[in-house]
Amino acid sequence: MSGHDHGDDGVSRRKVLECMTWAGTGVLWTITGGVPRSLGIVDSAMAADAPGMTFLQISDSHVGFDKPANPNALGTLEEAVNKINAMPAKPSFMIHTGDITHLSKAAEFDNAERIISQTKLDVHYVPGEHDFLDEEVKFYRDRYGRGTKGQGWYSFDAGGVHFIGLVNVVDLKAGGLGNLGAEQLEWLEDDLRGKSKSTPIVLFAHIPLWTVYPQWGWGTEDGARALEYVKGFGSVTVLNGHIHQVMQKVEGNVTFHTARSTAFPQPAPGAAPSPGPMKVEDARLRSMLGVASVNFKQGDQRLAIIDTPLQG
Amino acid sequence: MKTLNRRHFGVAVAAAILLLATNARADDMEVHIDNFTFQPAELTVKTGTTVTWTNRDDIPHTIVSAGKFRSKALDTDNTFSFTFTTAGDYKYFCSLHPHMTGLIKVE
Repeated sequence: MSGHDHGDDGVSRRKVLECMTWAGTGVLWTITGGVPRSLGIVDSAMAADAPGMTFLQISDSHVGFDKPANPNALGTLEEAVNKINAMPAKPSFMIHTGDITHLSKAAEFDNAERIISQTKLDVHYVPGEHDFLDEEVKFYRDRYGRGTKGQGWYSFDAGGVHFIGLVNVVDLKAGGLGNLGAEQLEWLEDDLRGKSKSTPIVLFAHIPLWTVYPQWGWGTEDGARALEYVKGFGSVTVLNGHIHQVMQKVEGNVTFHTARSTAFPQPAPGAAPSPGPMKVEDARLRSMLGVASVNFKQGDQRLAIIDTPLQG
Repeated sequence: MKTLNRRHFGVAVAAAILLLATNARADDMEVHIDNFTFQPAELTVKTGTTVTWTNRDDIPHTIVSAGKFRSKALDTDNTFSFTFTTAGDYKYFCSLHPHMTGLIKVE
């Protein structure tokens, strides 16, 4: 977990525990049948050791961002990619939960692609609001929209898990939050129809599907409708970005988790006048950026998420 | 070309100065975006006024009034201007951060 040691083979228990200081610089949790389990199993659940499928979540790269909070967002994305490439066990694939670019410029998308492709992993994207800024929303759709429905939603299966990528950054209403819309919700209901309730479900979207902090728009207006559709499933995991910090909660069979950004941190809800980029001392920046790795073990429906900062 | 006599010229100049003064005052309305907030959030202007929004955040914002006007995404220090030619209430918001709302009242 130390940023200066990319050759580290895995993460020792001690290091993980060190990272579990309040800031949540490294967080591991796991559930079995919807019941959160103690952190004591940290060793056996480490992605590097655990059998089963592991995938990565990366988020909020904001390629093109060059303001004081991080003058080189492309550079920190590259550091994240180097960390991924140094993982002892290769993940099956990666999801990117949006804000790939800062201003939806073609060059920003190209630079992001150039760096992220160095992982040689399949990457499943959902857009953030920063990826849809060009007039015709052409750049994102041309690159990542193929085979998707509507504004870019889709589902796929991997390792016995059903993954659903949702778009909640389009057609936002004044005074409101993120938005899925009737068409997408209808598709979601249809997509889940006939699925065995024992199929683990992963929903991923840019803006949190649960209400984190409505004063800053951190939530999705009709997110509860989507969660209604997955209610009966034994294991549901909701992965989001947008808020540039780790947050998690468990509600029944549903576990919610947000990933760090690879570009810049944002303040805790209400801890600053606005959710804008948070300038921290240079020495602290990399402890507040990072990626998440998620491990599924077939059979016991156990899911473990490990957030790894660029520098612990 | 018709020439103006001294008196008429004087009147014309005075009128022009008055017009300029009026325009300058009307043109000068500004809204700043700071900390994901439109400041002032509510502004009352005369018909014909041009309002200019300036984004002073490190994050892009838009200014959108349904069916009335829509800016592109404004990066830091970018501006957007709109001239209000018809009286009425113009509610607007940032389509990227919809909790950001504002109102221009045109009298």
